[in-house]
Amino acid sequence: MISLYLTQRTWLHAIPAGWKLLALALVSLIAAPLDSLPVMAGLLLAVLALYASLGKAALAQIALLRPLWPLFLILLAFHWWNGDIIAGLVVLARILAMVLLANAVTMTTRMDAMMDAVEPLLAPLGWFGGSPRAVALAVALMIRLIPLLFALWEALNESWRARTGTRGGWRLLAPFCIQTLRLSHHTAEALAARGGVPRGTRR
Amino acid sequence: MKDRTLVQVALYAAIFAVLGLLPRFDLPFAAGVPITAQSMGAMLAGVMLGAWRGALAMVLLLFVVALGAPLLAGGRGGLGVFFTPSVGFIFGWIAVAFVSGWLMQALRKAPVFPAALIAAVLGGIVVMYAFGIAGMALVGGLTVMDATKACLIFIPGDAIKAVLVALIAQTVARGMPEALLSRNA
Repeated sequence: MISLYLTQRTWLHAIPAGWKLLALALVSLIAAPLDSLPVMAGLLLAVLALYASLGKAALAQIALLRPLWPLFLILLAFHWWNGDIIAGLVVLARILAMVLLANAVTMTTRMDAMMDAVEPLLAPLGWFGGSPRAVALAVALMIRLIPLLFALWEALNESWRARTGTRGGWRLLAPFCIQTLRLSHHTAEALAARGGVPRGTRR
Repeated sequence: MKDRTLVQVALYAAIFAVLGLLPRFDLPFAAGVPITAQSMGAMLAGVMLGAWRGALAMVLLLFVVALGAPLLAGGRGGLGVFFTPSVGFIFGWIAVAFVSGWLMQALRKAPVFPAALIAAVLGGIVVMYAFGIAGMALVGGLTVMDATKACLIFIPGDAIKAVLVALIAQTVARGMPEALLSRNA
């Protein structure tokens, strides 16, 4: 799995996750209603300067925007068609700046630090009989299931290929669902045997 | 929350992620059009799990993506995806799973294939595009009409996915009837 996290430490890594999330939320609230091209271009330049200050590895991450270009071209084409190319450029600059800024937070914050930062926000779950710890368990369970499911898919694909010589593709989806559900029954039983889903709020 | 529910929610969130990691399917009648199998995950979660559990699976997925996991098609993820013009589709998945799950439960007396097809088409196309077009119009600064035009090219792919979801639901109903939780819970 390609990680979005930068292993090389930068100054942005040192800032607590909560502050970074708060800053991101504030910038996005402020930038949303603004529609002057110089301001948006300035914001984009500032974000690019932020990337430059984080080093080469961070700048390389800008390549993550590549799959979005077709969408950007379509957006610009629609604005151009409506005779307001400036509005299109403002929108484009705002999207680029916000996506890159949000990505900078993801890039410099470990997933567990992010989880800790948002855990207080999950406290209201307790009022409905839920538990922040159950959320943490669901997250861990889901991440652990991904490689398992991937291996399961590969195994189905292999046996399909052994029988037919072609790739199974979408035909494998139904047996895949059945097998994964069987897997989930075993997981649920194992979980119950170990005391079940946590209910309290303390670790 | 029961242990089994939690595991099933995590399972369908993981299936959604795996659908994005798999190499593109060669869908039968969509030669050349790159279609990610991923949005099918939202319809599947709803059709298989029912409204609430399906929607929870999508909430869990978006939560993990926001934490920083690159689980969306093409290795996208992190907080950045919530600022792109496709954010409407991304949040739409929660509604997709809920509506298709609810329809599947409402139609529990009907045969599986037509019920799942109706659920997937209304949930996975009508509801998803309502959210997707709204997101495209808001973030992209387009009029609703233009945003609709920009989204239309994806509809044939989603129609194929809806049919596939119905076929899968029918096969699962035959092979492991108790797995179709939207029908027996």
